[in-house]
Amino acid sequence: MSEFHLYMAQRLSALVMAPFVIVHIGVMIYAIQGGLSAAEILGRTQGSVFWFAFYGMFVVAVSIHAAIGLRTILGEWAGLRGGMRDWLSAVIGLGLFALGSQAVWAVTA
Amino acid sequence: MPERDHLTVTVQRGGPDAPMRPQTFEVPAYDNQTVLDVVSWIQQNADPTLTYRFACRVGMCGSCAMMVNGVPRWTCRTHVSKVLDGNAIEVGPLRNLPVIKDLAADMDPFFDKWVSAEGMHHPTRTRDDAIEAIDPVTMERQEANAGIECINCSVCYSACDTVAGNPDYLGPAALQRAWTLYNDAKDANKDAILDAVSGTGGCHSCHSMGSCTTYCPNELDPLSAILGLKRATTKRFFGGRK
Repeated sequence: MSEFHLYMAQRLSALVMAPFVIVHIGVMIYAIQGGLSAAEILGRTQGSVFWFAFYGMFVVAVSIHAAIGLRTILGEWAGLRGGMRDWLSAVIGLGLFALGSQAVWAVTA
Repeated sequence: MPERDHLTVTVQRGGPDAPMRPQTFEVPAYDNQTVLDVVSWIQQNADPTLTYRFACRVGMCGSCAMMVNGVPRWTCRTHVSKVLDGNAIEVGPLRNLPVIKDLAADMDPFFDKWVSAEGMHHPTRTRDDAIEAIDPVTMERQEANAGIECINCSVCYSACDTVAGNPDYLGPAALQRAWTLYNDAKDANKDAILDAVSGTGGCHSCHSMGSCTTYCPNELDPLSAILGLKRATTKRFFGGRK
């Protein structure tokens, strides 16, 4: 994947994330009115195809966006080059996806 | 009469064979004096082995750029009074480039990147054709005009923190050159330019920090040129043509 394709993937994933972040924060503000409980959250998310799709796509976008951004930081800040940098950022992206998808499954299944 | 009769000038000396070390000189102060005058005074009167580079002395050739008190500047057009820190000035070789000796930086990486950014002419006509008439008021021509007064001094390249962190990055001057050619009606290969600036270290590596535009002594705007290249490559990705 060329630098340009990574650039486009990062911009497009940011475009996808922008409305997700707004809805995510909006729901958080709404949800804590009158206290916050696990039962209330699970009541909203469990069995919901909408929240599964919402947070599922959110996790995919975050994994792509963060891995590409950290790849740049690994290059410019940590001085990593070539395959090592690509491999490490791929591991970070897959790790974020694994953690995120596990969480999405836990609250929506 | 000047307020001071002497300046304390610290010059970074050294090169590949000797580590850089500061050397301090007392230089006579004058009312009107550029940083290049100060460096020349040291070379002519205090230490003839001091190495530095200049040619035109009027801000046209781009040879004399150095770090002055930590900031890249064209020294022939920088008055001492503008940069004096108390009574002192520190002069060093340009940042982000190898040092040949003392104040002379090796400009090879800078110029090699102009070529890598496809900063070369791709003609639309042969020498047997009539010269193409150019409309000076088109948007493209205005964009090209905005960047063509670059004197290749490498001040932007030295000011750029992305170059410092990423040695592959082509840098502001090379990318601005690519942008002027991309907008030039007489350039026949826009795709080659966009391909060249889309690879490793291309325009997409820029973090838009804007030091290039801040420090350009000719008050050019390489940052906007780089943003133009980002837009053009994105447009091409979605099937848009120039």
